[in-house]
Amino acid sequence: MTTTTAEATATRIRATSPWQLALRRLLHHRSGLVGGGIILFLIFVAIFAPVLAPYDPNAVLIDVEPGIQRRQKPCIHLLGCPPDQPQHIMGIDGNFRDVFSRVIYGTRVSLFIGFTTVSVAIVAGTILGAVAGYVGGWVDNLIMRFMDVLLAFPSLLLAIAIVTFLGRGLQNALLAIAIVSTPVYARVVRASVLSIKEREYVQAARALGASHLLILTKHILPNALPPLIVQATLGIATAILDAAALSFLGLGAQPPLAEWGSMLGEERNQVFTAPHLVFFPGLAIMITVLAFNLLGDALRDALDPRLHQR
Amino acid sequence: MTQYIIRRLLLSIPVVFGILFVTFALARIIPGDPCKAILGEKATQEVCERFNREHGLDKPIPVQFVNYVRDIARGDFGESLRYSRPVVIIIIERLPTTIELSLAALFLAVLIGIPLGLISAIKQNSPVDLFTMFLANIGVSMPVYWLGLLLAYTFALLLKDTPFWLPPAGRLSPALTATPFYEVFGWEVEPNTFKYYVYHFISNMYILNSLIVRDWEVLKDALKHLILPATALSTIPMAIIARMTRSSMLEVLRQDYIRAARAKGLRVHWVILKHAFRNALIPVVTIIGLQVGLLFSGAVLTETIFSFAGVGSMLYEAITARDYPVVQGFTVVIALIYVFANLSVDILYVFIDPRIRLE
Repeated sequence: MTTTTAEATATRIRATSPWQLALRRLLHHRSGLVGGGIILFLIFVAIFAPVLAPYDPNAVLIDVEPGIQRRQKPCIHLLGCPPDQPQHIMGIDGNFRDVFSRVIYGTRVSLFIGFTTVSVAIVAGTILGAVAGYVGGWVDNLIMRFMDVLLAFPSLLLAIAIVTFLGRGLQNALLAIAIVSTPVYARVVRASVLSIKEREYVQAARALGASHLLILTKHILPNALPPLIVQATLGIATAILDAAALSFLGLGAQPPLAEWGSMLGEERNQVFTAPHLVFFPGLAIMITVLAFNLLGDALRDALDPRLHQR
Repeated sequence: MTQYIIRRLLLSIPVVFGILFVTFALARIIPGDPCKAILGEKATQEVCERFNREHGLDKPIPVQFVNYVRDIARGDFGESLRYSRPVVIIIIERLPTTIELSLAALFLAVLIGIPLGLISAIKQNSPVDLFTMFLANIGVSMPVYWLGLLLAYTFALLLKDTPFWLPPAGRLSPALTATPFYEVFGWEVEPNTFKYYVYHFISNMYILNSLIVRDWEVLKDALKHLILPATALSTIPMAIIARMTRSSMLEVLRQDYIRAARAKGLRVHWVILKHAFRNALIPVVTIIGLQVGLLFSGAVLTETIFSFAGVGSMLYEAITARDYPVVQGFTVVIALIYVFANLSVDILYVFIDPRIRLE
């Protein structure tokens, strides 16, 4: 009996948490929905890449399809390409591979890059920022001055320098991007910690004998979450863009991996003869980065209550 | 005011040391033996011992760091492994090109970005606003090098034989040379002196040099070569400036003094320009200052695309050739320029915003 009463009360008084409010605002945000929709689509493409891609991304088609030409223009049957020719929506690259399949598989690489670098940077930034803000004093000074120094470099340049010295390769590129993006998260977390740690409920928890770790993880950090989510979404966009730039320069993903930046870099001298080899990977980068930027801006609008008091 | 400037100057000292520390540390993260990594197959036991002694690598790390700072303070950035020339000379040769390109890009970004942001703010939520902000979003999401390649393709190939044709590479047409101004004026300069490098630096900015010697043909040609790379490089700063101008204007337009000015019966565009815009400019100036770093790292990509002989393309060559001292030296210089640009913006504030003087 009691459960039904409780359920009845629950349906009558629908409590709306700040998260629900934020979600509601997000669902009314047009460009945010577009961004989110594109991201869902990209995740779908990444998961089902083997089904969606007509060819293996690394398959050299010279023996498979007689008459295939190096850097062949796109052939789309619907647009008047003769049906006896095999269809290659985005053409063929310099190594006789199907560009469309490579672009599809590239989604996997780019999303992976975005999510891993940002995850690493968030974990590192959260630990550093939380310790700095919570402990204060010289620890705070030491950590934050070092973060300032990292921020004093143009981020892409520092990433380039780190990978040059550490050695080229996707793994080092990811590490470099994670390092250069850590300070932003450290700052966000520290600011939240500072504004919250003197609140009464935190003092109450301390008076009750809660450990520092418990106070930090249970009472303080959840409050730092909204700005962190916004920053992370925008950070994924930057990470994908920077990683593609590193790969374009030959520092990141190495051939034959189907990564958009390196696909562009490999064929950049062919732009006048085979523009499709440059156009499609770049378009893919732009759409992906745009989607995360749109979603990030929408999340900022939805999660920042100050913007809604006006 | 002087106090504020002095304090700001002092505050940047630790940052400069931090930058030196990070770039010093860079050379230490080379996996394995730096000598073998740098010299490659030439590295025998003997060669490495001499290399370590010459570069002070046999000394304790703190001593090495002190030596490193001392060398940089003297303008000694080491020697390029590839060209066997001092890195600082290479920087002096290459920097003017990048400065010219970055300034041109920044000029475009400000010239177009600020009016776009203004119009967007005044016509908030109108189709013009939505379209501009959509473009701005695309602008920040576009890979610079991709846009550069597309521009080159469009203007150098598709628009060939039209008046809109633009050259896709280089700084001048092969038929032309930009004769340095000191040669035109017949000034004698001893090579490898300080004066020589200053003259060299100035004359290497082709636009400036051709203005000094009034060579309009070279000026026109250099400008033509500059348009595409500068446009590619300017998109991200332009988008950022437009967005910042818009949000800053929207903020200011809500203020009471704007309503008061309107209530007094002042004309709308007068209020917008005289009262709102000037106040909205402060955060925009900060953002413009921050773009310097973006421009220099963007230059690595843009110059590579357009075969522009600046620091960016040099950095690219150095990366490919693993010319570590060049990469290190360039990183230091660009980071220092970045810090200096931010410092200048902070000082510029004093003149834009009188409230800071009172602090």
